[in-house]
Formats: sequence, structure tokens, C-alpha cells
Amino acid sequence: MSDRPIRVLIAKAGLDGHDRGAKVVAQALRDAGMEVVYTGLRQTPEMIVKAALEEDVDAVGLSLHSGAHMTIFPRVLELLHAAGLTHVLLTGGGVIPDADRATLQNGGVGQLFGPGTPTRDLAHYIEKEVARRRAAN
Amino acid sequence: MTLDAAAILSGDRRAIARGLTEIESGGPAGVTLLDAVWSKTGRARRVGVTGPPGAGKSSLVAGLVRMLRGRQERVGVICVDPTSPFTGGALLGDRHRMSREAFDDSVFVRSLATRGNLGGLSRSAPAALDLLDAAGFDSVIVETVGVGQSEVEVVATADTIVVVLSPESGDAVQAMKAGLLEVADVLCVNKADRDGADEMALALSNMLDLREGLAWRPLVVKTNALLDIAPLTDAIDAHQAWLGEDGRLGKRRRDATMQRLRWLVGDLATERLLRDAEALLEREVAAVHAGSCSVAHAAQRAVEEILA
Repeated sequence: MSDRPIRVLIAKAGLDGHDRGAKVVAQALRDAGMEVVYTGLRQTPEMIVKAALEEDVDAVGLSLHSGAHMTIFPRVLELLHAAGLTHVLLTGGGVIPDADRATLQNGGVGQLFGPGTPTRDLAHYIEKEVARRRAAN
Repeated sequence: MTLDAAAILSGDRRAIARGLTEIESGGPAGVTLLDAVWSKTGRARRVGVTGPPGAGKSSLVAGLVRMLRGRQERVGVICVDPTSPFTGGALLGDRHRMSREAFDDSVFVRSLATRGNLGGLSRSAPAALDLLDAAGFDSVIVETVGVGQSEVEVVATADTIVVVLSPESGDAVQAMKAGLLEVADVLCVNKADRDGADEMALALSNMLDLREGLAWRPLVVKTNALLDIAPLTDAIDAHQAWLGEDGRLGKRRRDATMQRLRWLVGDLATERLLRDAEALLEREVAAVHAGSCSVAHAAQRAVEEILA
């Protein structure tokens, strides 16, 4: 079981239409050997969590450039937990100030990545974190 | 983790999702699970949607889901996208086209990667449909990867096969070729607002006129997935009604099971044959390269020796 491919959901939440970064990340994770479910634009937290549940993913990656990160990340985390998906890694990136990033990470969100992060770093982080979580389950 | 067959049968989405993962992994737990729910399979209507990349399969599936929800049906969808043979990764993008339809408690959408299988589906896709069937969905739809001409595994997976083409899919000679078009129960020319749709539909009809001995003459319909798919849903209904007569559905499903069994036995047998055969194969490679026999001869000899 531990050698099955890592499955990741990549989503854009809310009305933020800047999906270039999400597409770059989706493709990079695909090239890193992961199965990436790309849900595209204008997803609500509820849609994201329903998809994460049905697709049985190991991780959810959100891309936010709209300033709504302090609302969206906690809401998605809350809904993931309510759905029993406590093992799912919630990570992401975009334009997120350092102070907010620290607050979110302290609140149970995984590492958040800013512009300019090499996609390799992202893939390594997800691989490492998912391996840890699978072993703990 | 123990897999909860009872939870799956009661329609628990998390249990279904985990069950699908287990089936996809191909291990013994998935087989045990399928056995536990097997008596509840066979009730769902099964529709397969296939066709070349970009013809509009996912958008048509979204339309079918909307139509079936209008009839208060519960709908399960399995979408298959290709795995990279180079990295093992996959971009599963079908859900993206049906994201509004998928956000409905009576709809369950799961994306599968082909994981090396070449027939248009993943190896586990038929069993994934079985699980959704057992979980009580009234209709289950399977969407294949974008296929070329000969990926016809879907025929052993669904009761009604829709082959989706677009006006750009080719000319009358393409329509005459063997393979994909022969599995269709419904031929759907999508993007019918574009030039060439009528000609495409006509070429398909002409091709069908020349085929003799068809028990069911495939219906040719034109759709625009974003506006009107009523001709497609009518055609699927017509085919399902036809299947419902004279025991045709039962026969079709028995044939499908035979086909699936052949594939699975072939897979398992190949796996068994090749297990621990590395040294023997190395020896045959050496023989071929020493010029003592052809590759075909070496293969025959290897099989004889493994089975001996």
C-alpha cells in the first residue's frame, strides 16, 4: 500500500481567477510522479472538501492570490476535519504575508509557499509529509 | 484499516472512496471487499463514454449527470485519465469539467489514472464501477481516456457505449476503419454548431448502412454539450429500452464478464509466468544476440520452459 502513488488535489478557491500558479504546480507534481486532481477555478471550501473525500487524496493544495487566505485555509481545514479527513495534508501557496503564514501554520495548516519557490521543493515537502502521515495511520 | 462493506452498501461516501482506493491498489483487500458487496451489484444502469481527446466527453458526462439528476437518480461517475509512462504521474482533469455537477450529495465522482494500462481504462475501472453499483447508485457512468482507434476495453464495462466524435474527427475513410466505431451503441457528433457536423453524421450513417447483420443499429446523434444534449439522452434511453427486451441485457453482461475474465486471467497468468523468470529471460537474450535463434523462437522456448 505504501508504494501507491501520492494523490493530490489542486484547487483555486473563491473568485480569484489567477490560475497560472496552480497549473504550474499541478504539472510539476505530475512530473514528480503524483496523481494530481485539478479542479480548476471558483471552488468553494465545501466543493474542495467533497472532492478531497471522493478522490481519497493525501494532500490538498490551495492557491490564493486574492487576500482571502485567512478565511479560506481555516475553513477548508475545519471542513476536512469535520469530514473525518484529519490525515489529509492541507498546503498551498500564493501571495501570503509572512505573519499570516505563521498564523496559519500554527493553526494546523501545512507549509505555505511563496512566489519563486522551486517546484522541486514543493514536491519534496509533499512526499516527505505524506510518507510521514501514511506511516502514522 | 478494516474496510466496511456495510458502510459502502449504505452509501457512505468516505467508505466508498476508501474502497475505491483499495480496489485501485490491486491487493487482496480490494478483492475481499468486492466479494463482500458482490450480491448487491447488477442493479445500476451502466453507460460508457469514449472518444478521442478533446471531443467533449467530460462536458457530455456533466450534461448526462444533470439530466439524470433531473430524474432524481443518484449518479456515480468514474473518469479515467492517462498516467505518464515516464514519471508515473498523472493530471486528472475531468472533474474540472463537471465541478458544478459533482457538488451534489447524490453525485459521486472519482478520477482514476490508467497506471500503465493501454485499453482506454485503468485496470481497476470495471471493478470501481461494480463498487459504485453495489453502493446503490442508480446510474454509473465511466469516461475513458481520450482514445485513438482501438482502445475498446470500455465495451466490457458498460451496457450502453457512447462514442463521442467532433466534426474535426476525420472523414468517411476514418469512419470505415475497424475498432472504436464498432463498439458504439450511440455515435455522438459533438460540437455540432461547428462546420462539418452534418457531413460527419452523414459519413457515420453511410458507414452503418454498409454494416450487415447488426442486431442494434447504432444511433447517430448531434449535440452541443454546453447547450443541448437531449438527442443523446434520448438515444441512450432507446438503447437501454432495447436491451431490456428479450433478455438482451443479461446476455450482454455475460459476454462482458467473459471478456473481463479473459483479461484478468491473462494478467494474472502473465504475472505468474514472469515471476522469477529473469535469469531464464537473460539466457534467451544471450542466445538471440549470439545469433542462435530469433526473438520469436526464444519466446516460445521460454514459455515452454517456464510451464514445464
